[in-house]
Amino acid sequence: MSTQQSAGRVASAGARAETTQAGIDPRGPQFNAAVTMVVLVAILATAGTALGTVLTAAQAALFVWGATAGVTRTPHARAFKALVRPRLSAPDHLEDPAPPRFAQAVGAVFTAVALVAFLAGGTVVGEIAIGLALVAATLNAVFRFCLGCELYLVIKRFTH
Amino acid sequence: MTGLWVAAAAIVLALAFGAFRALSDGRFRGTHSVRGAEQPADEVATEPSVWAQLGDASGSAVLGERATLVQFSSAFCAPCRVTRRVLAEVAGVVPGVVHLEIDAEHHLEAVRRLGILRTPTTLVLDAAGHEVARAAGAPRKEQVLSAIPTPDPA
Repeated sequence: MSTQQSAGRVASAGARAETTQAGIDPRGPQFNAAVTMVVLVAILATAGTALGTVLTAAQAALFVWGATAGVTRTPHARAFKALVRPRLSAPDHLEDPAPPRFAQAVGAVFTAVALVAFLAGGTVVGEIAIGLALVAATLNAVFRFCLGCELYLVIKRFTH
Repeated sequence: MTGLWVAAAAIVLALAFGAFRALSDGRFRGTHSVRGAEQPADEVATEPSVWAQLGDASGSAVLGERATLVQFSSAFCAPCRVTRRVLAEVAGVVPGVVHLEIDAEHHLEAVRRLGILRTPTTLVLDAAGHEVARAAGAPRKEQVLSAIPTPDPA
């Protein structure tokens, strides 16, 4: 009988308490990433011009918005709720909003670096920073894969 | 003009990496089982088991009589949630199988010792606490079931 009791036992040793809140539609952050992809490509197409720098500043501001207010309170999220979600079927599962929010913070860092580089005339440095953000946005938009989230543990391993 | 080349390179890189990940995620690979089988029994005994190496990360949990599914998770990890559901379900239906979830961030010693690079990473331990397989990324239920060692006939 002890075997039966141990079966199905889920021990949670020091694991962070699971957020039991309802969660968000995983396609919301995916939509956000797709829009971000378009903006990042537009930045790369206009890098070195005033327009490219303005777009970079705008995208950096959007990332900061998502990282501070939360991913459900961004303009992307409003557009998703108003225009996209009504056309989709109900999500098969809901997700924790913390990972995409963290990813917004990572995106903010990369676009901030790019903005400083563009302002200082370092166009290539800025392009590479935007290119790295574009890799992450594409992975998110196409595969729902959160690169910033994956790097979190690697960074922790090296810094602690 | 270099900007558009950077854009093309970034998108191609992301698609290639994403496709690779989609194929390899959740696939269990045998780790110490082959090496252990070739070694004399006493040498195997001297090598500390993965369970022992977990140390205090395992908390008050006890080894499953047949297998223990050790899941390393982190706070910013959407697939960890899916993995938790799958592993808990397997532990619920297969007798003698225990699911243990460890917050990687708070047990970095164990993470380094065991070479955990990503979350979720799932280790399958046998009844003695030795690792028989591991998978990075969210595994499907049938992948977990096929990685569980068969019960010892002895």
